[in-house]
This record gives sequence, structure tokens and C-alpha cells, in this order.
Amino acid sequence: MIGRVGVRISTSLLTLFLASIAVFLAVRALPGGPAVALSAESGDPGVIAAINRKYGFDQPVVVQFFRWLGLALRGDLGTSPNSGLPVGDVLLDRIPITLELSVLALLVAVVIGVPAGVLAARRPAGTGDFLASTVALAGLSIPHFWFGILLILGFSVGLHVLPAAGFVPILVNPLSNLEHLLMPAIVLGTGFAAIVMRQTRSAVIDALTSDYVRTARAKGLSEWVVVGSHALRNSLITVVTVLGLQLGALIAGVVTVEQVFDIPGLGKLTLDAVFERDYPTLQGVVLLTAAGYVIANLLVDLSYTLLNPRVRVLAGVPR
Amino acid sequence: MTAVATVLTGRALARRRMRRRLLARPLSVIGLIGTLVAIAVALFAPLISPYDPAATDFGSVLAAPFHGAHLLGTDQLGRDVLSRMFFGARTSLIAGVLATVLGTVVAVPIGLVAGYFRGWVDTVISRLVDVVLAFPFLIIAVGMAAILGPSLSNVVIALGVGQIPVVIRVVRGEVLAQRELEYVQAETVNGTPSGVILFRHILPNISNAIIVQASVAVPTAIVGAAVLSFLGIGVQPPTADWGNMLGDAQGYLAQAPWLGVFPGVAIFLTTLSFNLLGDGIRDALDPRSR
Repeated sequence: MIGRVGVRISTSLLTLFLASIAVFLAVRALPGGPAVALSAESGDPGVIAAINRKYGFDQPVVVQFFRWLGLALRGDLGTSPNSGLPVGDVLLDRIPITLELSVLALLVAVVIGVPAGVLAARRPAGTGDFLASTVALAGLSIPHFWFGILLILGFSVGLHVLPAAGFVPILVNPLSNLEHLLMPAIVLGTGFAAIVMRQTRSAVIDALTSDYVRTARAKGLSEWVVVGSHALRNSLITVVTVLGLQLGALIAGVVTVEQVFDIPGLGKLTLDAVFERDYPTLQGVVLLTAAGYVIANLLVDLSYTLLNPRVRVLAGVPR
Repeated sequence: MTAVATVLTGRALARRRMRRRLLARPLSVIGLIGTLVAIAVALFAPLISPYDPAATDFGSVLAAPFHGAHLLGTDQLGRDVLSRMFFGARTSLIAGVLATVLGTVVAVPIGLVAGYFRGWVDTVISRLVDVVLAFPFLIIAVGMAAILGPSLSNVVIALGVGQIPVVIRVVRGEVLAQRELEYVQAETVNGTPSGVILFRHILPNISNAIIVQASVAVPTAIVGAAVLSFLGIGVQPPTADWGNMLGDAQGYLAQAPWLGVFPGVAIFLTTLSFNLLGDGIRDALDPRSR
């Protein structure tokens, strides 16, 4: 068991190391460098060379990589040549914004998805099931950025009840903060609500036909207790796992949603860094993303092993 | 000879059964019709478009839809929205279908080799796939599109490459299951070359999984292409594209809200049709997954 976990953790670390190489090379494959982007007005080769020397972009890529990795492991992600700010500080500024948006989105997903899934599962192929499944399919098919535009048209342009774009920190004005994040969270959460609904539905349907639910019914427990406390609770493990595996989609969604609503989070930082050829920032933010993704997958895997004894036993059998 | 004939008949029968199952579900039929309509619009865009999609008319800028000469109105340069949407179907479908073809054609042989030969080849491929999968699909596509520069062919490459790791993983998993079956063992004992076993025997048996994967990938790629264009790193104006139409629309939402609605409806209906058809194909190929 412990050996298994150790192997899993070291594979994750290896993946992360290889990912950091991939990020480093990909960033350098962008046409035009930060120096060219910065010296756009002058275009003077001397200025470009000076900027490259200052930030070490004139060194061999291998040297650049290991210097960057060494500093990164000590928590120093370098300085952005564009803003002059340390990348680490910029990331720390942006993380809470994206995190708040993501948490709100997941909240939306669970609040809509779980009840809808239970409703659909109570009577498979019934009206509720048909309705929930259709809405879920629509939720999966609607592109984030268009849904965002529609909400802006409805609530900002039409009804004037919510701000169309921008962001106010929660510490400055909690109410305004929530107003600015409400539409983005709904947009980001809709796709996940559909996934949560589908997972909850199939898990609850499975649970409702199982022996322990029949026993619970036979004991004369009320329908609320049978569905809510027995069937649903057992189903939630799967739902949480699936949600954990959706982190990649969440990150991708954040990029577009932050762009549509002009929210200064990690997604917008990534896009801006791409456009400005800001190597250090891009490396930092993409590596952070990859690390978050790999760690989340690791945690989902491990929690699965811990929660489900059958997986633990099967894990001992070579694939 | 007889053996071959029976196998073919069996496969033809299976195909007919699959077709019947697909057409038996109303939602799949709706998806099929929607998909065919989208393809027809893309094919016949020059014939059905009332205007040249790139022709500007500064005399009627931001004309409202449903009255006047332009059915769905005009954009900030006076271009006809309806014509641009018809031509936008072309870019969307080209991006969606070609990216999926590219991803599948590159990934399937790699997945076959990884799953069949196992050993260090599999380890290297699987580790690389893990690395690429550490980045979300759209991040890879955004990065690739930024590296390659904005154009339709680069959008296809970016979205196609983005699909490769997932397809490799699916194919590898299927091959792992197939190679333990008796028919593969029998061929191995017969001394059939590995290439023949892989492509003539295993590949047809895992084609269902590949088709299902591709049917999911097409709508994903269509939305991906729209997102890239929306972000300004995909198809560039004046080429009509639903994504860059919506990107432009964001600057005029207050004066011309329709610009932010129509192209989105097109993306939504197209992906919904493909998704419905894909669900239908999946259920028809594998009735157990219902």
C-alpha cells in the first residue's frame, strides 16, 4: 500500500519535471522574444541584445532551464521583463481571484447538478429525467464565451442589474465582489452542473436498485431518508471523484470566462503573457497550472484508493 | 474463403443493426439532421449567401435584423451577418473535422504500438502522454496557436495535436484488452507479422472505440476553434468565423445585441447536433453503455 502510494507520488513528480521542460521549450518556441516585444518602438538590435543579456535570454536553453528550475524550487520564479514585478508576487495576487471564481463555479455546479440528478434518477425515463437530461446536454453544448455574452446582454445591457465586466476585491467590497463574480461563476459552473447531474443520476439509479436500499425500504424508512441519506450519500463519492478529474476543463474555462468578463485572474494573466511574450510569467503560470492539475489527479487517485477497498485490492494486481 | 465471407456478412449485419438502432432514437435523428444541415450550409455557402461575406457597406452599419435588406442585420463594418454565418459554417466544420482526422490519424498508430508491444516503448509513450495531459486541452491549443501564428490551418494543427494524447490513451487501453484474446494469440502462434496483426486484426476490432472518441472530438474541436478565434489567436478577419464574429460583437453589445446572439446560436446548434449524433452512435455501437 505505502509502496504503491510512493510509486504514484514519484510518477507525479516525474510528470511535473517533464512538464516543466515542455513548458520551458514551448514558451521559447513563441515567435519573437520578450526583447523584441519590449523594444517594439525602437527595434534597435543593441537594445534587444541588452534586454536579452539582462534577463539571461542569450544563454544556452539548457543553462537557462536549470537556472530557472533551481530558482523556482527555492520559490523564485523570476521577474517579468514587461511589468518589472516578481512573477511569484503576481501569481500570489491572481491566485485568490481565480480560486474564488472556481469555488463559486463548483458551488453552482453542485447546487444545480445534485438535486437535478436525484430528481432524474427517481424516475428514469420519466418527465423529470427527460427534462434534466435535455438541459444537461444543452449545458454541455453551450460554449462558455457565448453563454457569458448572453448573460451580459440579459442582465447588464438589458436589465442593468449586474456589472458587465471587471472585478472588485472581496476585502474592498464583498457585495460588489459577488455581483462581479455571479455571472462568471454561473457560466463556468453550468458545464460542471451538467456533468454532476449525469454522474449523480447514474450513481443514484445504481444505488436505488441495490440490496441495502431495498433493505432500507423494507424497514419502512421514509423516501426522504432512503434517497437522501442512503442512496445519495453513497453516490457522492463518485461525483466528487469525477468533479476532481474535471479540473482541466475548469482551468480551460477560466481562461475564456476571465477574458469575457475582464477578470484579472490566472486565465487572463496567461493570455496576456502569451500576447506580450512574457516568458517568465508564462512559465510560472503554466507550471502552476500543471502542478495544480497533477496534484489534483494524484489526490483523486489516492482518495479513491483509501475510500474504496476494492480498488486497493485490484491495485495489487498488475495491469 | 468461406471464413472471410462469413466475417464480412457478420460485419455488414452489425452495421445494419447499428444503423437501425441509431435511427430508432428521435434525439439521434435530430442530431443527424442538424449535422447534415450544417454540412449542407457549409458546402453551399456561396450559393445561399445573399451577400459577399467580406463586402463592407458603410452606408448601413449595424443595421438591425428582420427588416430591411439584411435579414440578420449587419456588423460594425456593414457586412451582412447572415452571409458571414453561412461562410462561418465552413471554417467551423473544416476546423472540427480536419482537426479530429489529424489527431486520430497521428494518434491511432502510436496507441496501437504502445498497447501491443508494451515494454519500454509503452513506458515512454505513456509517460509523454501523461506529461501532455498535465495541461488542459485548451491551454495546449492556445499555446500551439500562439506559437504557430493565427490562421485556419494552424487552428487545425493546434486542435488536432491537442487531441492526440487522449486518443493514444483510448487506443492503447483497447489494444491492451484485445491482445489477450484468443484470436490475437492464434495469429501470434501462426507467425503472422505484428504489423498485420495490429492493422488487419486488432484495428477493425477497436474501430468502435475510435469512432466514438472521434464523434466526441468533433464538437469539442468546433468549440475550440471558435474559442481560439474569439481570443484573437485563431482565424483572422476578414475570414468569416463564428468565434471572431462574437469577439467583434463584444465591443458593440449595447448598440447591436444581435451581433452577440446569432453566431452563438450557430455554434450552439451545430455542437448540440454533433453531440446528439455522437451520443446516438455511442449507444448504437455499444448498447450496454445506455
